[in-house]
Amino acid sequence: MSNKMHIQLNVNGEAHEFLAEPRELLIYALRERLNITGPHVGCDTSHCGACTVTLDGKSVKACTMFVAQANGAEITTIEGIGSPDALHVLQESFREHHGLQCGFCTPGMITRAVKLLEENPTPTEEEVRFGMAGNICRCTGYQNIVKSILAAANEMNAQPSSSEAVGHNKVEAAE
Amino acid sequence: MSVGKPLPHDAAHLHVTGTARYIDDMPLPADTLHAAFGLSKVAAGCITAMDLEKVRAAPGVVMVLVAADLPFANDVSPSAHDEPLLATDTVHYMGQPLFLVLATSHLAARKAARLGHVSVEETKPILTIDDALAADARFENGPVIWARGDVEAALSAAPNLIEGSMEIGGQEHFYLEGQAALALPQENGDMDVMSSTQHPTEIQHKVAEGLGLPQHGVRVETRRMGGAFGGKESQGNALAVACAVGAHLTGRPVKMRYDRDDDMIITGKRHDFRIAYRAGFDDSGMLTGVDFRQYARCGWAQDLSLPVADRAMLHADNAYFLPHVRIESHRLRTNTQSATAFRGFGGPQGMVGIERVMDQIAHKLGLDGAEVRRRNYYDAPQPTGAGTGHRYGRAHSPAQAQLRNLTPYGMKVQGFLLNDMTADLIARSDYIARRAAVDRFNAENEVLKKGLSLTPVKFGISFTLSHLNQAGALVHVYADGSVRMNHGGTEMGQGLFQKVAQVAASRFGIGVEAVRITATDTGKVPNTSATAASSGTDLNGMAVAAACDTIRERMSAHLAEAKGCAPEQVVFEGGNVRWPGGSIPFAEAAARAYAARISLSATGFYATPGLSWDRQKGHGTPFFYFAHGVAVTEAVIDTLTGENRLLRTDILHDAGASLNPAIDIGQIEGGYVQGAGWLTCEELVWDNRGALRTHAPSTYKIPAVSDPPPVFNVALWPGANRADTIYRSKAVGEPPFMLGISAFLALSDAVAACGAGYPALDAPATPERILAAVERVRDGV
Repeated sequence: MSNKMHIQLNVNGEAHEFLAEPRELLIYALRERLNITGPHVGCDTSHCGACTVTLDGKSVKACTMFVAQANGAEITTIEGIGSPDALHVLQESFREHHGLQCGFCTPGMITRAVKLLEENPTPTEEEVRFGMAGNICRCTGYQNIVKSILAAANEMNAQPSSSEAVGHNKVEAAE
Repeated sequence: MSVGKPLPHDAAHLHVTGTARYIDDMPLPADTLHAAFGLSKVAAGCITAMDLEKVRAAPGVVMVLVAADLPFANDVSPSAHDEPLLATDTVHYMGQPLFLVLATSHLAARKAARLGHVSVEETKPILTIDDALAADARFENGPVIWARGDVEAALSAAPNLIEGSMEIGGQEHFYLEGQAALALPQENGDMDVMSSTQHPTEIQHKVAEGLGLPQHGVRVETRRMGGAFGGKESQGNALAVACAVGAHLTGRPVKMRYDRDDDMIITGKRHDFRIAYRAGFDDSGMLTGVDFRQYARCGWAQDLSLPVADRAMLHADNAYFLPHVRIESHRLRTNTQSATAFRGFGGPQGMVGIERVMDQIAHKLGLDGAEVRRRNYYDAPQPTGAGTGHRYGRAHSPAQAQLRNLTPYGMKVQGFLLNDMTADLIARSDYIARRAAVDRFNAENEVLKKGLSLTPVKFGISFTLSHLNQAGALVHVYADGSVRMNHGGTEMGQGLFQKVAQVAASRFGIGVEAVRITATDTGKVPNTSATAASSGTDLNGMAVAAACDTIRERMSAHLAEAKGCAPEQVVFEGGNVRWPGGSIPFAEAAARAYAARISLSATGFYATPGLSWDRQKGHGTPFFYFAHGVAVTEAVIDTLTGENRLLRTDILHDAGASLNPAIDIGQIEGGYVQGAGWLTCEELVWDNRGALRTHAPSTYKIPAVSDPPPVFNVALWPGANRADTIYRSKAVGEPPFMLGISAFLALSDAVAACGAGYPALDAPATPERILAAVERVRDGV
């Protein structure tokens, strides 16, 4: 039983070390060990995307990845993207454009959307929908989520040096 | 005034940063235990032995409870006391909780819960509507029947007749946040419970019964839910009582969260229905008589099935005047999850029945579906007053005698908007030209076929159990002018808290940022109703307004006396309090009132007026008013595979004088997509042993981001509620859900383009069903 592994994670720019059983899931390591509760447990099976984090530059569903697999990784969660007092452009856009209702999917949605706009800074609506296909929302019908992402992309492209930089610096710091 | 502004959700800044707390995010005391249920693996039978030794011996397990270990009531039913928390001797469905494990971690509890050996002498389960009818397994003695006029005579005299039957599948709520609760033992045996529930008061009652406490010994708090949709009206009871009993017995906090798989296997869903119908109509498509038989599969316990089935009957008319009508409702007991509340609460199923009838009439007569619907609509409100010749109360007024505005249950339809709204949407959506374009497309294409459908919604607003239509509020104004507000409604994402905060801000003439919204708490506002029936804002908005007005009147009276004016001359506006000749900031007015020893705290209460309803007779005025909506959907199918897409949707919806148009449009868009999901891609499948085979999103298809139509236009109908609601707004939670029926009938219309037969699609219209319907239609069935 006590076959524990030494795990190192860098989460939102902060280094963490702990012993964990290899079968421990990344989402529980984040939520229960590190008290990083922004990524949520929605479906437990990587379908809903509420647990989405960025891991070594890729969007990952933290509910189906072992923490052992994440050993040594740089991880960004919603907490590393912005704070209530200093919102990332995407966070402000989701707020402003009503890209949420119950809010449970929102952290994963935005974490994925940040990555999507890094991958493709000028997506079409169709590309946004394709790029967000792994994240489920049960409340909004997605209209305002897509609108929020497109509006954020526009704003980030219009002001490459100002508000966009706030969130991006944090992402880069974490990576 | 802040009402009417499209302000963001009150917690939006918390949601977007991951700092909005749900139950699972709450920091736990160090010695907290975690609970999990051991579940039945058979659908029906008698328990002969329970061997839980391995469960007790499993790592981390602190306590294992069976029914006999429960200290007081073993019941989590919201209605008939027929739902034991833990099974006693009989097993009623596959997934029923049999025993409860308390362990030091969530994982340890779940692992241990799988180690139980329960011997059950199996009996043949009653799974389907046909099984239940054959066994006469029902709630209530026999079918409930409401009728008006002489249906048989109307049908035999009718120039045209259709009949048929359709299956309407259930629906999994799939709230993104699964069910969760946390119980924290207090001194003196009291219990605090944090619950993800739409109904904190019922949680309080069930926990009190489970602990043998008076209701004052239990406090329930709900800050927010990660979605609910009706699925947290009664389904949270089991978790809350399990946690509370565990906490009571161990003296330690207990938390329980269903994993998604367990959540889908244990909890109830939307009722699936079979609706059989016969309808008579003239050559213009006008209904002369209609007979419905509604069969609701209620599952193993009564839960909320009776009012759900009632509401299905109450919406069998939808927007149409039914001259002679008979509705027979069967509430069937089966060995499956106990079906429960889900957005629309039976209304959607009832509406699908009559929309199917309208669709089939149009098909049979070769008429346009929108036109047939408009002909059958309730009458628009008649102009009243001098000179119109339609004044009410005039004896022998021919206009009044012919008015088609009485529902089958005897309520007069007033303020019916759909005649005007439909004309408007037909123009906005370019319906007539697109109808021709769809027909042209279908004539030119063999493989792909398009369909177009317009469907209306008229939804009755109020709990049909009239006494539930009440609400309370508690408002404090602090000496710095900030306001703290509490009411009985719960926030599940629908924006209730923000709308009600906008009401409070408007009453005090201050900005909404000065109003702090606090968690729903049975210790602050008692005896509340579930946040359900779309009534949250109507009820709690009024209660909060009443509380604010009490405080405002006290402040006005004080200032009027000091300034020598009448209290009515004191005005709260723009962050200030004005009187003739002077003005001070609201905060200063609050400070002065405090210094003058005036209470700045008040409760408010509201009860919806004018309701009277006899559910036995099926007669009366169960609703305060109706909310309306109309949708046009265009869809395309692939006739070789049954695959399909929605192409365009146009919606016009009536939210009265909207308190927050952005929130309301969000409800409409989300409701439509959820409604379309119910009738197209979301399919629940039970196998012949009663196992739910679609118990995860891998097998149960929820609409994803590419499923809504690429063109999706939503507009609000401009107009105030004729009923005296909060700022003349209308409820908007459930009504838009049923706009999704237009998606289903657009698919049906596309199938109809494949041949002479009527598609007679069952719901959900999965690709398999569409493909089968295409074959049928081609065969001209």
